[in-house]
Amino acid sequence: MNFWLLLLIKVGLVLGVMLPGALVIIFGELKISAHMQSRIGPYFAGGRFGWAQPLADGLKFMQKEDLVPADADDRVYKLAPYVVLMGTLALFVVLPFGPETVARDLDLGIFYVLAVSSLSTLGVLMAGWSSANKYSLIGGLRAAAQLIAYELPLVLAVIGVAIMAGSLSLNDIVTAQANWQWFDTLPTWVNIIPPYMILQAVGLVIFLTASLAELSRIPFDMPIAESELTMGYLTEYSGLRFTMFFLGEYAGMVAMAAVAATLFLGGYWLPFVSDDVLNFVGPVVLLTKVMLIAFVFIWLRWTFPRLREDQLQTIAWKWLIPAGLANIVLTGFFKVVF
Amino acid sequence: MTQLDPRAAMHLSDAAVSVEIETPDMTLNIGPQHPSTHGVLRLVAKVDGERISSVDPVIGYMHRGYEKLAEVRTYAQITALVNRIDWVSGFANEIPFIAAIERLMDLEVPERAQYIRLILTEMARISSHLVFMSSYPLELGAATPLMHALREREHVLELLESVTGGRFHPNFNRVGGVKPAAGGGSTMKKQSQDLPAGFLAATRDAMDSVLAICDDLDRLVTGNELFHARTIGVGVIPTAKALEYGLSGPNLRASGVKFDLRKVENILPYDGIDFEIPIGQNGDCFDRYFVRNEEIRQACRIIQQAIDKIPSGPLQAKVPRILKVPKGETYVRAENPKGEMGYHVISEGGRIPYRVKIRSASFSNLSILPWILEGELVPDMVAIMGSLDFVLGDVDR
Repeated sequence: MNFWLLLLIKVGLVLGVMLPGALVIIFGELKISAHMQSRIGPYFAGGRFGWAQPLADGLKFMQKEDLVPADADDRVYKLAPYVVLMGTLALFVVLPFGPETVARDLDLGIFYVLAVSSLSTLGVLMAGWSSANKYSLIGGLRAAAQLIAYELPLVLAVIGVAIMAGSLSLNDIVTAQANWQWFDTLPTWVNIIPPYMILQAVGLVIFLTASLAELSRIPFDMPIAESELTMGYLTEYSGLRFTMFFLGEYAGMVAMAAVAATLFLGGYWLPFVSDDVLNFVGPVVLLTKVMLIAFVFIWLRWTFPRLREDQLQTIAWKWLIPAGLANIVLTGFFKVVF
Repeated sequence: MTQLDPRAAMHLSDAAVSVEIETPDMTLNIGPQHPSTHGVLRLVAKVDGERISSVDPVIGYMHRGYEKLAEVRTYAQITALVNRIDWVSGFANEIPFIAAIERLMDLEVPERAQYIRLILTEMARISSHLVFMSSYPLELGAATPLMHALREREHVLELLESVTGGRFHPNFNRVGGVKPAAGGGSTMKKQSQDLPAGFLAATRDAMDSVLAICDDLDRLVTGNELFHARTIGVGVIPTAKALEYGLSGPNLRASGVKFDLRKVENILPYDGIDFEIPIGQNGDCFDRYFVRNEEIRQACRIIQQAIDKIPSGPLQAKVPRILKVPKGETYVRAENPKGEMGYHVISEGGRIPYRVKIRSASFSNLSILPWILEGELVPDMVAIMGSLDFVLGDVDR
């Protein structure tokens, strides 16, 4: 097939997964938070259950005035939301949705994921700096500090998985999980459990915590911190650009949840199902796992207060990084001995 | 030698950059439109990074001139004004003012009216503290307690409304008693209407649901590790400082002073009721939260006992139709949900007071801000301001 046609299909596929995924999570957040707070949540938009509320919100944002502060650094200010969104979108390129359903199976899959996911923080920093607003600036600087603190645990958590699977390619990691055999003495149903969920439990917890910080969601939403910094780096944004940030946040949630699902929960893999079938069922399986992890994110967000910036650093440097290092040592030991 | 421009210094060679680059404090203007300033408080803060080196509160954006207005209004009209001072506990604001007039006129208030005042004051206290319970976690980023606490507060407000006809501004007290409850009508002009039917039983039920929400909030907020991390040891006010700055109410008690005007003053019949004064030990944000949480429980206890004790009888003492207060002056204070609220009323005789000086709790509680915020972080600023629980209407009047 023509290279360009293929590229178009792949880009379409990535967008087709990312945008509806983000919308579903936005809707989930509206509804789940409503139920947690004894409210009903969206009800009328779209006719039933208010399913069209995220779309209606998006349409509303698009109609709003696109405001650029007079003192803002015009070009940086306008570019920032797209940098945020781009970082997230590019992440989907290497995500395997099935044994062969993957836009580009890079050998350095995880490496690419980690590198690209930091790009969106660059966008946040750009937004904070260019807004010509002190609150935005503080928010942007907080985001930068957060990135440095949390990129490391994220990498350390992933290294454990890479050692276990013996590869950096995401597809190989899923295959390694699919081929994993527990001890023969155990009954066969044990094979249902994704192996890395148990063996890399420490890594999973570190990864989820760090990705919460990376996504700047409560309890790590200091870059936004509505009650302190009004809206942090988002303060001056409105209209379509705000929508891009908003979408980027939730697309980021889909992306990080998908990476976590791939690394720790077996990705598209379903036990006792052949590869041919997985090519079709895989995306559904992966998205189900993504939604489960997204639910945990939403659950945490509506339960906890936010931490302080220095407490966030304490958690990263004193707890997550040592735990991540210990996890690597143990994983290496395990790999060599068994 | 002239001062080296820091910007220029950055471009010099390594040898010359040993000059320390000055980093002047940034002036951060917080408010008057800011999510955590409870209305229109403005703080001019000097921040070094995220650390506040000094803060200068600017008040007055909400000044409505009630003290001046009181000089041209009749006493009955002023009752409507004082409702709006601390609007989350409107009923409690009326009590000391009405009591001051009654003291000047030397009036004996019927006991049933006294008990109705007591029950409604404690309801105002519950509603005010539930607002704190909901808004404080929200300021720290937890949105869920808000909805649950406000839901229960709605029960209390509905009861208040059923008696007084108003949720926020009841304007229910009359000199010498309470207003005949809603539903009088022209044909029954002479007949004084009592509490609505079933009010006391409904109040008892509402108290049970308020106690239940206190337990829920304990599980969701009070025991939450992250909430502890944000509040314990933050914004400590030692006892001496609390007294020095004239703090009152829960803020004072959180610093370990066992002082409650309900036990000291006898303008409402608290002496026959058994309740405890919760106090804190460290005077930090968590203690201020905890004292209020406990005060809701105590208020429920007070209301339950008052319902058992409420006597029957008239609601209103004999008062002349045109209210004229004899010459004299008095100061009456009461324990408002936010702290000590007092009115210094000076009467030259006649229908209009000569001067009404309002001592509001939030104004004094707020005065500690420059001292306590110095050297704190910006996120802690939000935690501390929230824990002092002031209302701007109560600050500016």
